[in-house]
Amino acid sequence: MSEGHSTYTPKTGIGRWVDARMPLPRLVYDSFVAYPVPRNLNYAWTFGGILALMLGAQILTGIVLAMHYAADSSLAFDSVEKIMRDVNSGWLLRYLHSNGASFFFVAVYIHIFRGLYYGSYKAPRELLWILGCIIYLLMMATGFMGYVLPWGQMSFWGATVITGFFSAIPLVGEWIQQLLLGGFAVDNPTLNRFFSLHYLLPFMIAGVVVLHIWALHVVGQSNPTGIEVKSKTDTVAFTPYATIKDAFGMLVFLFVFAYFVFYLPNFLGHPDNYVVADPLKTPAHIVPEWYFLPFYAILRAITFNIGPINSKLGGVLAMFGSIAVLFLVPWLDTSKVRSAVYRPWYKLFFWLFVIDAVLLGWLGSQPAEGSYVFMAQMATLFYFAFFLVVLPVLGLVETPRRLPNSITEAVLEKNKGGGGGHPARATAAAEIKG
Amino acid sequence: MFPKSGDRFSDTIMVETTTARRRISRGFGMKTILTSLALLGLVLTGTAAATTGAIAQEEAHSEAEPTHFPIHQPKEMDWSFAGPFGTYDKAQLQRGLKVYKEVCAACHSMKLVAFRTLEDLGYSEAQVKALAAEYTINDGPNDAGEMFDRPGIPSDYFPAPYPNDQAAAAANGGAAPPDMSLLAKARGVTRGFPRFVFDIFTQYAQGGPDYIHSLLTGYDEQPPAGMEIPEGTNYNPYFIAGVSLKMPKPLSDDQVTYDDGSPQTVDQYSRDVSAFLMWAAEPHLEDRKKTGFRVLVFLLLFGALVYLTKRKVWAGVAH
Repeated sequence: MSEGHSTYTPKTGIGRWVDARMPLPRLVYDSFVAYPVPRNLNYAWTFGGILALMLGAQILTGIVLAMHYAADSSLAFDSVEKIMRDVNSGWLLRYLHSNGASFFFVAVYIHIFRGLYYGSYKAPRELLWILGCIIYLLMMATGFMGYVLPWGQMSFWGATVITGFFSAIPLVGEWIQQLLLGGFAVDNPTLNRFFSLHYLLPFMIAGVVVLHIWALHVVGQSNPTGIEVKSKTDTVAFTPYATIKDAFGMLVFLFVFAYFVFYLPNFLGHPDNYVVADPLKTPAHIVPEWYFLPFYAILRAITFNIGPINSKLGGVLAMFGSIAVLFLVPWLDTSKVRSAVYRPWYKLFFWLFVIDAVLLGWLGSQPAEGSYVFMAQMATLFYFAFFLVVLPVLGLVETPRRLPNSITEAVLEKNKGGGGGHPARATAAAEIKG
Repeated sequence: MFPKSGDRFSDTIMVETTTARRRISRGFGMKTILTSLALLGLVLTGTAAATTGAIAQEEAHSEAEPTHFPIHQPKEMDWSFAGPFGTYDKAQLQRGLKVYKEVCAACHSMKLVAFRTLEDLGYSEAQVKALAAEYTINDGPNDAGEMFDRPGIPSDYFPAPYPNDQAAAAANGGAAPPDMSLLAKARGVTRGFPRFVFDIFTQYAQGGPDYIHSLLTGYDEQPPAGMEIPEGTNYNPYFIAGVSLKMPKPLSDDQVTYDDGSPQTVDQYSRDVSAFLMWAAEPHLEDRKKTGFRVLVFLLLFGALVYLTKRKVWAGVAH
């Protein structure tokens, strides 16, 4: 969308009239039709579109659900059941929304890991990455508050545990906690403000998504080789090439999503949340939603005091630190090469990091006792070591593989090796399209 | 999803590496250091996993003092409503309703279920009206400002056996019997790794009814020697939260009369009431599965068409 390169020419009189006054059609055309994308993007790049789709779906189902939901601690649980039983297709809306949150996170995790694997955060895409991290933080807040709304046992006790983190902060902790709760414990004021914020935050996410896409369209997409676009042959037009590929990616994703919504709608939830919140009865194991489990494991891994920092504050710092460290990734990674394809050692450590994150997730679901604690401590250590040691050191000592000179060269090399396609014709075709 | 790369570590082709960097990498014996780091991480987690396993085994040996509940995993039964084409067995739901009305309802409320929804069980409108009229509903206030009793109508909900939770708790040794409307979704024994992964493919979503059935049929088992059962509670190895529970064995053979010739056994009663409770918790299950099949078929066909279109669009473009 770089300025001055617009190829939009309105064909009708009305089109020209609008274009001279408020060129929205031109913006859409330049952003989603003519916008050049690298020709070698694989399906990992379809998750941006999938995330936009999920955000839209969550907002739509959420708005309708809010028409039937009562944000009052004495009515909330029953109003959700009313939706499940009596509202036309209410069960579908609610299962779409609750599973939609999970699949939103599935997509965002794949999107983040894709960014890490291909080094998408490196200059000039640092701001793009940071905006993404902000979206992720907002998503976590939205997801957490949404889980409180049905006012089940896990809603209530999850809210109690998570707001309790803030009380660990010295001096202002208690004040922050009471501000969040609207009192001294989770109660009706908490539910009311969480509902209000749960309705607000998705629109803030949408706002940051606009910035995220804006930043993306200024610097252009990265690609599996990590080499910048150098000539027109390196790219294809967004429509039809990326559009159709994104559409297929979305349909595959929706298929898996629908499988859960219609056949396993409660698989990702917790049975205790079908029991109405009871402040006098603590569940045996309080576990957050699955997408928070790795961070929950990190929180509970800090069982020891470090100097003046007690274990509770230490856990909270480690947990927030594990997210904060993501913001620094563009500067922690010292390698000049973006893509893990050309970084054998980084590739190994990346996959170890993926295994570590999954392991932390599993540990977060287990009780914090016995050897689970030690395992969580080791996994936490590796989590931070990956960002604070591996990323900076590898860039200095690793010998990358030979980089191709351009995206086109990489594509043609791959096609020659794979035995498919006709490079000469392909180049020609791309030139015409580009 | 990610591009394959043929050569990994062995035949790395050098980029124009500065001599300085070469010196560093040789001096440190990078390969060795990195490999050992990676291995160390794996070994540490591996050891920890092994210890966990050992501890779990050790605990299992002490039968009289179990630390993990339930002692026995719920038995997996065949349910008509399982799987992608599952439907409720209406005759079974009707029997289950009878068990609920004659046995469970003495202590357990089911306040989210309205009489009108019982038409799902195959009853006619007139039958539902008659069934609702068997109940007395406290309504009001009337024009004189007084509460009054009247026969139930289809839009009423099952009335609770106790006026409030405190009364329910007081009458049952301190713990209120849980409301049964959502019980089949509110109970589930953790399946553990790797079973929860297989459950995705087998569509196992019957943890609730399996649990209820196992609990109701588990009262006859004897506690292992040396186990202490708290006074006023009943041993049940399928109970999720301890060795025993307050509720005594609720069902016995021939307690409820079936008029369709089904066996009048505890096992049959338990199956029927579990199925009924699944319906009570998830009345739109059949609708959900039917809609789901259509949605998946649509996504499959549409997805195939989009894939073919994608192939056509990209046909001349190497990528």
